[in-house]
Amino acid sequence: MPKTLVQEFTKGLWQELPPFRLVLGLCPTLGVTTSMENGLGMGIATTFVLFGSNILISMLRSVIPSKVRIACFIIIIASFVTIVELLMQAYTYPLYLKLGVFIPLIVVNCILLGRAEAFACKNNVSSSMADGLGIGIGYTLALGSLGAIRELLGHGSVTVWGHLSYNLMSAFPSYHPFTFMVQAPGAFICLGLMLCLINAIGD
Amino acid sequence: MGYFELIIACVFVNNILLAQFLGNCPFLGTSKKMETAVGMGMAVIFVLVMAGTITWVVYAYILVKFGLVYLRTIAFIVIIASLVQFVEMFLKKSIPALYAGLGIFLPLITTNCAVMGVCVLNIDKEFTFLQALVASTFYAVGFGLALVLFAGLRERILLARVPKPLQDTSIALITAGMISLAFFAFQGMV
Repeated sequence: MPKTLVQEFTKGLWQELPPFRLVLGLCPTLGVTTSMENGLGMGIATTFVLFGSNILISMLRSVIPSKVRIACFIIIIASFVTIVELLMQAYTYPLYLKLGVFIPLIVVNCILLGRAEAFACKNNVSSSMADGLGIGIGYTLALGSLGAIRELLGHGSVTVWGHLSYNLMSAFPSYHPFTFMVQAPGAFICLGLMLCLINAIGD
Repeated sequence: MGYFELIIACVFVNNILLAQFLGNCPFLGTSKKMETAVGMGMAVIFVLVMAGTITWVVYAYILVKFGLVYLRTIAFIVIIASLVQFVEMFLKKSIPALYAGLGIFLPLITTNCAVMGVCVLNIDKEFTFLQALVASTFYAVGFGLALVLFAGLRERILLARVPKPLQDTSIALITAGMISLAFFAFQGMV
């Protein structure tokens, strides 16, 4: 049964929420979520690449020979990643520096190749667009929320974007920042506990 | 930085899996059994040494020379993908025993961010050729080491009774956090 565009869009927000439900794209999920701003920035960059590559791949799906399709997908994805890299260097240079190696690594993010292979090369342009946008926004929200939790516990404050921020210490003066959460081991443990929570709610 | 410090930094302090978070998908995917973990570790060492050096040479002598630095991402992924394909064909023809061992892991390496990540890091840190060679080799060794350690722990977890929501990936991530904590102690050594 063909799904409506709304269904294609919303499945990315819960049913197939990338890092939690599909357990794909974990490297940026762990690596960049030291703050909410980084998480959101990474999510938006990935969404852009996913949206663009999904559209282009579904447009070209009858032209790409099936034997070399993976190579074609990778080249298309890599082109969009290069666009994002150049755009970020031009407009959000501080964020580009903070995300560092993870921006070129969007190329090897399993979500992108996964969506290209499982969805975009079999469906028409409009549903691929909805799918790419849904999965991308789900991914952004997941990274943003993980970043917010880690930043809140680790630094005692959250910066949403620019000057919009919340300080936990002003509400609870006795709170002592728990630096462990923004360091490497905290990333694994925080994500593990979040997966556990999502599993407990979902089932 | 001397080569000895570089080796310690690559294997322990900046461990590619536990401190830099690169290559986590195969880390969780192939660590359920010791056999697959060893196979994946070997395959990564094999490919990363070659990919790290080849991408360095291509970057320094082709991309920089002709002012094509912005094509780095595309060039690297194409090099890695074709290298993996080439290694696979070469092993199949000439060393069938090694191919049987690494076989199924080789295609997975194309989308392993550890390989691409190390190639990009070598360039970002402005390593010389020899440093890039040493770094690629020992980042890969660190990957193998962490993967094998983790697989050993995961085999034991299979025997334990884990609460239902924590099962599988969730408990694996928390265990990885514990190993990462152990590796965290190496911080400040170099």
